[in-house]
Amino acid sequence: MKRYVCGVCGYVYDPAEGDPDGGIKKGVPFNDLPEEWVCPVCGASKDEFSPE
Amino acid sequence: MQSPYKAIKVTEDVWWVGAIDWNIRDFHGYQTKRGSTYNAYLVMADKVTLIDTVKAPFREEMLARIADVIDPGRIDYIVSNHSEMDHSGCLPEVIAAVKPEKVFASQAGAKALREIFPSESLEIAAVRDGETLSLGNRSLVFMETRMLHWPDSMFAYLKEEELLFSQDAFGMHYASLERFDDQLDPAILEYEAATYYANIILPYSPLVLKLLEKVAAAKLSCKIVAPDHGPIWRKDIGGIVGRYGKWASQKPTAKAVVVYATMWHSTEKMARAVSEGLAAGGLHVKFMSMDEAHRSEVVYELLGAGALAVGSPTLNNNLLPHMADVLTYIKGLKPRNLVGAAFGSYGWSGEAVGQIEAILGEMKVELAGEGIRVKNVPDAGTLEKCYGLGITMAEQVKARL
Repeated sequence: MKRYVCGVCGYVYDPAEGDPDGGIKKGVPFNDLPEEWVCPVCGASKDEFSPE
Repeated sequence: MQSPYKAIKVTEDVWWVGAIDWNIRDFHGYQTKRGSTYNAYLVMADKVTLIDTVKAPFREEMLARIADVIDPGRIDYIVSNHSEMDHSGCLPEVIAAVKPEKVFASQAGAKALREIFPSESLEIAAVRDGETLSLGNRSLVFMETRMLHWPDSMFAYLKEEELLFSQDAFGMHYASLERFDDQLDPAILEYEAATYYANIILPYSPLVLKLLEKVAAAKLSCKIVAPDHGPIWRKDIGGIVGRYGKWASQKPTAKAVVVYATMWHSTEKMARAVSEGLAAGGLHVKFMSMDEAHRSEVVYELLGAGALAVGSPTLNNNLLPHMADVLTYIKGLKPRNLVGAAFGSYGWSGEAVGQIEAILGEMKVELAGEGIRVKNVPDAGTLEKCYGLGITMAEQVKARL
């Protein structure tokens, strides 16, 4: 599954890891993240991310 | 003997108790020609509250200014809006000296402060976005401003006074004894605020735009904006907030920045020819030799520019080191909406132009045309090509305006 990079702070969303602090379990592809999900480091919205 | 360091009154209940760093000239690579201030504020509410602290060597100056108003031991709360060491470096010592009832930071701030001072076992209460802290007769509302410009950053709004403690946002590096915007030359304020934005805030411009929307939606009325560096805004708040909106939008203008370094003036001749072409194409040109200019001046000039032309000769199969320096710096600051091009001379191998183009590509700069490389010295034909490249860049910028 594709990893996505935050264009603001450089955080990488890795579906293999998910985002436990943000309530996202392992295995969730980036495109399936809820629209209101934000970068756990800087709070940027999904549209600031691009494929790694 | 009394201390010469006094507090400066901001409102009836709020005092500036920061420190002035007249002689700092290098802020992690950002040249601060006018020095800086580290602003801390004392809120004389029922719960006496200190907003932010100062860089470690300036602790005594801050404590002396506080003592001008009140015995520092009577401080009840400390709020850390930003954990970077120029605002937190003396926090453990201040906590030890003051023994406050509580210390507050954002959730990311509390974590960062514990990481910065691992041996101190600091007790820090984390506040949430939108949370209100009662100071008795006054109240502070916190607003997370993550990544403006660190993950922990937050604003604190003193509701009854309509005063926003904005940490690094709306600040500037400018040491002065005057504490308010209306006491200083507006042209210098605009220049230093823009330089600060370009060197510190620029990469987070998309978040600035969102924050400005959020503040507008909250209909937050501000009579005073009190940042952590430079003067306090009490006159031209609309001006500085409006400029943040303009800078964050990164709309290109008819301006080009030509940045180069040279060994034996060949790349310089090419830079001159590109500049003539850019100007003939209708752009204003800022011509910058990295043998003369500082990297922080270059990013200031790029704020609102539409084009960036970069030239470097090849030295031992690489860019000249000071060109690698400025390009690394620019890349990190993520300027957007630029048309670009590369050029440079070489003696035998000539890798520099390709290396510049690769970096411009990573920076999402749109290349206007193929880079121009020349062996040893540019002839008339090469200079004509450079001039033509300038014209092409200008046309592409103008098509975007």
